[in-house]
Amino acid sequence: MMARLIMMVLACCWCTLAQAHKPSDSYLSLDVQGQTIAGQWDIALRDLDFAIGLDGNGDGELTWDEIRTRHGQIAAYALQHLKIGSAAGPCQLQAGQQLIDEHTDGAYNVLRFQATCPGSAAPANLDVSYTLLADLDPQHKGLLKLSHDGQVQTAIFEPGHARQNLSLAAPSRLAQFGAYVQHGIWHIWIGYDHILFLLSLLLPAVLLPAASRAGIASGQQSLKAAFFDVLKVVTAFTLAHSITLSLASLSLISLPSRMVESAIAASVVLAALNNVLPLFRGKRPVAAFVFGLIHGFGFASVLRDLGLPQSALVTSLLGFNVGVEIGQLAIVAVFLPVAWLLRRTWFYRQLMSWGSLAIALVAAIWLLERLADIKLIS
Amino acid sequence: MKSSIRWLASALCTGLCSTSLATPYIPKDGAAVIEQLPRRADATQTELRRLRTQLNAQPQDLALATSLAQRYIGLSRSETDPRYLGYAQAALAPWWQSAAAPVAVRLLRATILQSTHQFNAALQDLDAVIAQQPGNAQAWLTRATVLTVQGNYAAASASCARLSSLAAQLVTVTCLANVAGVNGRAEKSEQLLDLTLQRSAGAAPEMENWALTLLAEMAARRGDATVAERRYRQALAQQPRDSYLLGAWSDFLLDQQRPQEVIALLQGEQRIDALLLRYALALQAVPGQQAALARATTELAARFNAAMQRGDTVHQREQARFALLLQHNAPQALQLAQKNWAVQKEVADMRIVLEAALAARDFEAAQPVLGWIATNKVQDVALQALAARLAARKAT
Repeated sequence: MMARLIMMVLACCWCTLAQAHKPSDSYLSLDVQGQTIAGQWDIALRDLDFAIGLDGNGDGELTWDEIRTRHGQIAAYALQHLKIGSAAGPCQLQAGQQLIDEHTDGAYNVLRFQATCPGSAAPANLDVSYTLLADLDPQHKGLLKLSHDGQVQTAIFEPGHARQNLSLAAPSRLAQFGAYVQHGIWHIWIGYDHILFLLSLLLPAVLLPAASRAGIASGQQSLKAAFFDVLKVVTAFTLAHSITLSLASLSLISLPSRMVESAIAASVVLAALNNVLPLFRGKRPVAAFVFGLIHGFGFASVLRDLGLPQSALVTSLLGFNVGVEIGQLAIVAVFLPVAWLLRRTWFYRQLMSWGSLAIALVAAIWLLERLADIKLIS
Repeated sequence: MKSSIRWLASALCTGLCSTSLATPYIPKDGAAVIEQLPRRADATQTELRRLRTQLNAQPQDLALATSLAQRYIGLSRSETDPRYLGYAQAALAPWWQSAAAPVAVRLLRATILQSTHQFNAALQDLDAVIAQQPGNAQAWLTRATVLTVQGNYAAASASCARLSSLAAQLVTVTCLANVAGVNGRAEKSEQLLDLTLQRSAGAAPEMENWALTLLAEMAARRGDATVAERRYRQALAQQPRDSYLLGAWSDFLLDQQRPQEVIALLQGEQRIDALLLRYALALQAVPGQQAALARATTELAARFNAAMQRGDTVHQREQARFALLLQHNAPQALQLAQKNWAVQKEVADMRIVLEAALAARDFEAAQPVLGWIATNKVQDVALQALAARLAARKAT
């Protein structure tokens, strides 16, 4: 058994499957740091051999010695075909260390270089002109990854787009914050599970504790008392999901998303059932807090899908949270007056009983879907 | 226990592989072989180098340029290596952008354009060639195949018909069968093609191989596995390295639940994405191959990722199959399959849309393809089975 296992590990560590056949690309990354730019340019050895000949003895086996004796020519050939400039004029390119890396279609020469741009301030735009292999293989593309101030943008260079002007302006913090506020509001608006959870917990708020336990609306709650009850539930929920949303977004905790989504569905079932069969008694704020922790993980996975800019992590996290709160408050602002007006009606009693049961049923189906990874309702 | 250890081993090695790919390094040993290249003394390479040197001296020499481009296109096919298409394009550089390029250039340009799925641009060139040279058989044939891929069956048949006075009978009949096979006349055209092939002794080997492969596919589509297998084997005996044929034969074997044979067949063919995909699918169908499967899946993901980075959509059909069958991501597979369907309309393109729609339970998404199959009377047992399953699921 052990021998077999070792064999298997050895076999699988022969990692390079035969290399792919693909059209030619080079991978260029530029990291702008003030007036200097740190560059790394991965060019396929096969392409370099085609262009300037690397295989000294022509035996088809390109060795490290054959490559490193040509480092000077490789750097000169490559940098001849790349021009970087700012508004103040062309930047000086200085070749640095050369290494080897693997991409899907074989081994690449990695050329590190530094560009020094003129002027007294960091450039606001970069003018990049890329002509590598343009004469030998017009289907070759240069794939650029440009980083500055924690922002990353990409560009594709090909003969038709050999020269491109790339803006280095950072988006304003305020605009970024605003965008994430919108994401937050939108997510609450389309997140039926969060809305139903909150509504289930809020339904009894306009009824007296004793009456809500009995499921009848004979008793009356003062508007002030109802308001504070709602406030407690919403605050507990908010506090809880803010904590887990932040922890998960900062990668301090992570939970499998299927588990989180299932737990959210379960929380809706319990919150709704509580209106028919009192489960939490007078402790709805506590329930809101405990389940709020789970909902926070759900928000975090949305935020992760949106892609969090590392440079503006806190700004966007805060913006998303504010957006979620605004969405929630809007729901409460509509719910409370309506519920208050209807609290003594037959309709409200039906809503408490049958409405809650309906919510529990829908959430139970969600739970089943998410646990079994199937789709029953849209 | 055994399987969990194996799983662990495969997870471990996926981790090792991806980290080893991630960081540039300096080799420790000067004699270490870093890359395999074509040998300089290789006859093909010597000849190509000689032609290139000549062309560099006289880049406007049309005959020289087209003959070099032709050789590179041939090499790109035999090696299934798209870099050679770029070299072919470079040879045609003086005329590449020209709207009024010479006929010989336009014909080659159309071939290169259709290889990168720029079908409409390719058709423009072919139409221009035909306008100037109505007797250019190659142009009619290429035009017919592009139109068939686009699903323009009437125009494709008309193009094939033009071949009858210009090329051998086998060419015309194969061209027509390629269209008729997916256009409601499968049985008759299969018989005719079979008969024509028997009477065409001494035809060009590529032509014969195309006819045989098509005949095998036609038999498979009507569910006759025995005849299909006989024809596939006959074709493979003649052209054992033809990558299209290897792909079609592998798909047939996978459909027949014979993954072991696919693994043996494709062991050495993993440079080609489409064949690596079939290899991985075969590994998945066999127990105890988790480590190899994890390796192949990681590699395929990296390759599709590299293609997407450069904005290529040439392998969207394969990528959709990958997403559906190996990554089990039905919604993404469906999206890819639909994008591919907008460009290509072959049986395999129909099939992946239906499979992904079924898995994603998105019956609306299947409708355009189901409509297409009904309107054009596409005959294929696998498609008909999928359509029936979709109808049954929709009814419940």
